[in-house]
Amino acid sequence: MVVCGLISPMGVSMRVLALLLLFAFPALAADRVVNVYNWSDYIDPYAVAHFERETGIKVRYDLYDSLETLEGKMLAGKTGYDVVVPTSEPTFSKLVRSGALLPLARAALPNAAGLDAGLMKQVASSDPGNAHGVIYLWGTIGLGVNEARLRAVAPDAPLDSWDLLFKPEWARKAARCGITMMDSAIDVIPSVLKYLGKSPDSTDAADLAAVEKTLRAIRPHIRAFASGGAVEAMAAGETCLVLSYSGDVIQAAARADEAGQGVKLRYIAPKEGAQLWFDMLAIPKDAPHPAEALEFINFLLKPDVMAGITNQVRYPNAIPATASAVAPEIAGDPGVYPPAEQRARFFTIGPVPPDATRARARMWSRFKGNG
Amino acid sequence: MRWLLGLSWAWLLLFVAAPAAILAGIGLLSPAETVPPLALPIGLGGYGGLADPFYLRALLGSLAVAAATALLCLVLGYPMALAIARSAHRRLLLLLVMLPFWSGILLRLIAWIGIFRDEGLINAALRGIGLAPLALLHTDAAMMVGLVYCYLPFMILPVEARLAAADGRLEMAAADLGARPWQVFRRITWPLSLPGVRAGLALVFIPVSGEYVIPDLLGAPGTPLIGRVIWDEFFQSADWPQATALATALLAAMLAAAALLRGR
Repeated sequence: MVVCGLISPMGVSMRVLALLLLFAFPALAADRVVNVYNWSDYIDPYAVAHFERETGIKVRYDLYDSLETLEGKMLAGKTGYDVVVPTSEPTFSKLVRSGALLPLARAALPNAAGLDAGLMKQVASSDPGNAHGVIYLWGTIGLGVNEARLRAVAPDAPLDSWDLLFKPEWARKAARCGITMMDSAIDVIPSVLKYLGKSPDSTDAADLAAVEKTLRAIRPHIRAFASGGAVEAMAAGETCLVLSYSGDVIQAAARADEAGQGVKLRYIAPKEGAQLWFDMLAIPKDAPHPAEALEFINFLLKPDVMAGITNQVRYPNAIPATASAVAPEIAGDPGVYPPAEQRARFFTIGPVPPDATRARARMWSRFKGNG
Repeated sequence: MRWLLGLSWAWLLLFVAAPAAILAGIGLLSPAETVPPLALPIGLGGYGGLADPFYLRALLGSLAVAAATALLCLVLGYPMALAIARSAHRRLLLLLVMLPFWSGILLRLIAWIGIFRDEGLINAALRGIGLAPLALLHTDAAMMVGLVYCYLPFMILPVEARLAAADGRLEMAAADLGARPWQVFRRITWPLSLPGVRAGLALVFIPVSGEYVIPDLLGAPGTPLIGRVIWDEFFQSADWPQATALATALLAAMLAAAALLRGR
């Protein structure tokens, strides 16, 4: 009986699969395709449909949820992907140095002329001459707060500063409504270095020790480390302070608004300086369909397409001409599009040598273990 | 018959020995910023790094966790195996032991997260009866519960098979000849089940030594276990020689443990 129950749905799904293959095969043979590998929840589904309709190129879309997954596959080679979206540091720059990416044929990317020259210049520290990538979306690393709950436990807390998290006296108070931290040494350590007045790229052992001391002092007040799910917990009202990516907090804030439970979240790029990062559109060196990849990238850089993506995922793009087409509540959100005086205090990071990466990872594991 | 034996040897050579040799070989190279991230010359490679006390601590910590899991599975699983082997509903009970395998392991671990969470089932119950909530998730205790829960069937099944196959008349004879229940167990039941116990210990100990998912989802942050350390070296530091040298060391430790359990 039990066995029958198992087999029959499988039989049905096999039949469906066979039917799908029957339809898919002639299409595959005739059509051009592009294999895209992107972060999850990171595109406007309409943009993909629009591209397929306009060009007749079929998009095969795969998802990853961590840079490690992307980097591991790319460094092994022969991924079969045509477009990937690595973050400027550490992954994009490492792929550039490893020779894993194809130099972009600028002639095939006329829409790249619309990219913000200032932002592209900031990425050049990871990719000299901007040869291998164009900016897809960008953001900062900062604090997400549930202001009402924080004010209830710490009425005079400094809501514009890293002090809120990195000073034990404030962290102790915020701990009463819950603090979560991104479980990512590479994303947290540069901000702590900056907060301490050091170079965010420092590989100096004494600087790393100072970072460890700062982090250990607030360790007892951290409720959880999360690689995902931190902002969801905050949207559900379980925590009130999180160190995370700007867009994740802003997405969670929108979700909390839709839920209508009265949870109001806000993203803060701290005044001492927030780390800028860029997600880059790039083509693997061994991409099977480089021409289609260029067409896809050029399509995404169209102002109306890019505006749709920003409206969907709430991360800013690097095409100034999208300004008129981005929804006013997103264009007007200083968390998404920070004002100029805030942008002046953003910083970028450079590549971290392997030994320093290892030292940072070990410090991070010691810090986490000292709960 | 002989060609069948040859086939199994060819299988082992192709799918066990050859990958292990490649793994061990990568450990001799140096890391580089290329695709793949490896470079000559051949030297000590990642094996030179094994002397680092950080790795030794992680390896010993993992082996200790694996040993504790195997022993806990034995203590909990043996009585269950005995009860199942003696039960009139043996088939049904065995089916129930295997039932959890029909759903994904991640799903079952997420269910445990729901139980252990700060706002989870246990703490809701504690609050309900007026007690202070406990921090349960991301502790060593939560990790051990998850490990024992996931690997218990691997202990029950071989022990039960052995006990069910044993000749029950031997125990009756021992009792007739005046042995007390405890003596019957110690002199007859336990020795007869020993091959099953060995198999169960190996089936739990070996996979748990390299276990990565359960400690990561339920365990205390920062408890460095070898599975996590290998992951970090491979994905974070992109140091394939170091990662494969550690994996080879783990493999050697497991082979030694397996040989020990076979009593050689």
